[in-house]
Amino acid sequence: MAVLSQSTAAGAEARVPDRFVSALKDAGFAALVTLGLCVPLVTLRTDSEEGGELILVPRLGLTAALCLAIFFARLGYLLLWGKEARAARQPTSRKEAIKTVATPRHSLTTIGLPIALGFAIAYPLLVTVINGGLSEARYWIDLGILVLTYVMLGWGLNIVVGLAGLLDLGYVAFYAIGAYSYAILATTFHISFWVCLPIAGMLAATWGVLLGFPVLRLRGDYLAIVTLAFGEIIRLVLINWVPVTNGGAGIASIPRASFFGLPFNDDDDGFAAFFHLEFSPMHRIVFLFYLILALATLTSVVTTRLRRLPVGRAWEALREDEIACRSLGINTTTTKLSAFATGALFGGLAGSFFAVRQGFVSPESFNFLESAIILAIVVLGGMGSQIGVVIAAAVMIAGPEMLRNLGFLKAIFGENFDPSEYRLLIFGLAMVVMMIWRPRGLVSTREPTVFLKERKSISSDLVKEGHG
Amino acid sequence: MKGETLLRVEHLTMRFGGLVAVNDLSFTAKAGDITALIGPNGAGKTTVFNCITGFYKPSEGRVALAHGGEAAFAAIEEATEKGARTLSVGDGAIHLLERMPDYIVTQHARVARTFQNIRLFSGMTVLENLLVAQHNPLMLASGYSVLGILGFSSYTTRQREAVELAKAWLERIGLTERADDPAGDLPYGAQRRLEIARAMCTKPILLCLDEPAAGLNPRESLELNTLLRDIRDRDETSLLLIEHDMTVVMEISDHVVVLDYGVKIADGSPEQVKNDPKVIGAYLGVEDEEVAAVEAEVEGRA
Repeated sequence: MAVLSQSTAAGAEARVPDRFVSALKDAGFAALVTLGLCVPLVTLRTDSEEGGELILVPRLGLTAALCLAIFFARLGYLLLWGKEARAARQPTSRKEAIKTVATPRHSLTTIGLPIALGFAIAYPLLVTVINGGLSEARYWIDLGILVLTYVMLGWGLNIVVGLAGLLDLGYVAFYAIGAYSYAILATTFHISFWVCLPIAGMLAATWGVLLGFPVLRLRGDYLAIVTLAFGEIIRLVLINWVPVTNGGAGIASIPRASFFGLPFNDDDDGFAAFFHLEFSPMHRIVFLFYLILALATLTSVVTTRLRRLPVGRAWEALREDEIACRSLGINTTTTKLSAFATGALFGGLAGSFFAVRQGFVSPESFNFLESAIILAIVVLGGMGSQIGVVIAAAVMIAGPEMLRNLGFLKAIFGENFDPSEYRLLIFGLAMVVMMIWRPRGLVSTREPTVFLKERKSISSDLVKEGHG
Repeated sequence: MKGETLLRVEHLTMRFGGLVAVNDLSFTAKAGDITALIGPNGAGKTTVFNCITGFYKPSEGRVALAHGGEAAFAAIEEATEKGARTLSVGDGAIHLLERMPDYIVTQHARVARTFQNIRLFSGMTVLENLLVAQHNPLMLASGYSVLGILGFSSYTTRQREAVELAKAWLERIGLTERADDPAGDLPYGAQRRLEIARAMCTKPILLCLDEPAAGLNPRESLELNTLLRDIRDRDETSLLLIEHDMTVVMEISDHVVVLDYGVKIADGSPEQVKNDPKVIGAYLGVEDEEVAAVEAEVEGRA
């Protein structure tokens, strides 16, 4: 069997250059046709000059851009979805391949996370070198912090939605509880961040259990609506409970995190002085980056371990079939509550981080859109997949930021075109396409938690989404 | 304690609004027996199962299970009056199943069940299915996840034992080769066997099987008979099964209870039941002139 598959792979490799050359030819031809069509239609534009006189404006740049776009689009299509590409991909027995895919030794899941972690550790250094200075790289490090925050939130929600199959539309409530816990404890009682962090997590988990109790009997759509309402209730409480939360004005000047007691300032007892560095406000930003990286890594490690424990298996079993779970003596109530509480715990930790980073919290940061984005990250990444969430968070959060740099589109649509107005449209289209192309998310296969002889990924066809 | 009474169902009645699905049903099942519950479609067999396994709360009646021999039934009235779910009697205990939620029935009273439409965790592997069934002891060993997260070896040892038990069952149902495949990928007959093995991994003293032979071909039916007899003889588990396939029922059961319209119409050995005119009437219908007599009989019972 193994020999057979190797020889097939070798055959496929031999065909690749041929396929590439023919696709190149085809794409070149398509570009030529485009050029032919463009010359009469696009290249010259008539315009009226001030005196009402007609003049011809040459638009060579646009013509070139269109030809190139067609070339690459055709090339990409042929290589990825063309008849030959599909034939090369087609396994001998299609049914077999859909159901169980023997995981290649270096699967995305097994090596994806270490690679992502390595990249994240090197990231501040990388952007510093590229941008030629720490201060110049601030935008990129800030973006990295933002993405990591959402990776952590995505992983937290993944426990509830991806593993236990409970649709939670109000996850941002726990994020808010964590943020306000730190904000209030730090401004009122002057408790240090490192003490507040676990307290905030515990408070969020407690609220997770409190929310869990009344909603456990609900399933599917009903559960989604109740959790949605819970998110809104928390936000309204934050707005209206003015004596404690300061209402819509929010809580400002929240104490910043210190480096285990060393504040990030240019005093003699500050971080820079202690390590004999020249003071830079960027130290704090880099520290925050590594802090959220550590928190996110903690989330991932705990989740991965929980999955291999009985409670994690019970969560997944609950997603697959709740009635069967009960027939096996599993207390589904406590199992659901534990999923809610664990998810909420990580949401609370991320919330604390949010508060310490911003130095300011207000109810406006915790609206439904946040819940929707976090849920979209989980769904887009593939429910239950760790690396999928990382990719989806990077795409969802950094993607719209990258789309700000659409200046080149001005060459096509003219100077009056403001590309940043269209970034959400483009983004929405990309999500729709994504859901058509991979409805079960980027990484849709499920990794078994235990195996006898061989670890085989399980196709998403068999894995259920849960009914709430 | 083979031959002693294990399960006693008394005056069990289940009403859904105006519909009486089970009406004043009483029967017993003996330890070490295969007891079959048969009857035409809609007779209320699955409802009885759901009442025994805690999925339904019966409208009336008592379902008592004895651990450690029928001597435990001596305490049945005491337990009922005290409002207790469980009462220890000497080495054994009496469990009043109608008072327990479904998962407690499996966890404490050790009654496991399978379903008419297979309910496997199709997206999990065969081995994982068998490990989920050992949730409660594993949960305890993992210190309710706390010790497990910290990587204590006590859990690792316990998990290895759980895998060994799963392997033993895979061997018995002939699915060792497919241990790492998703359960939803197995052929139908294998899924039926896996569901039985999964229920057995909870180490039950009473295993309730809801139509285990449904959809099996004759060869698979024969294999199933062998497996069920094997469970009865080798494990400390008695069986209660609902079945339509009469070859299975007549071949393997030691005791048959026949239901029709929620009422027990016969109770005895397979031979007795097979020749009972009421059973024949319920399954095949009766001659026109006998209808009145049968109706009078049924009303008399109700």
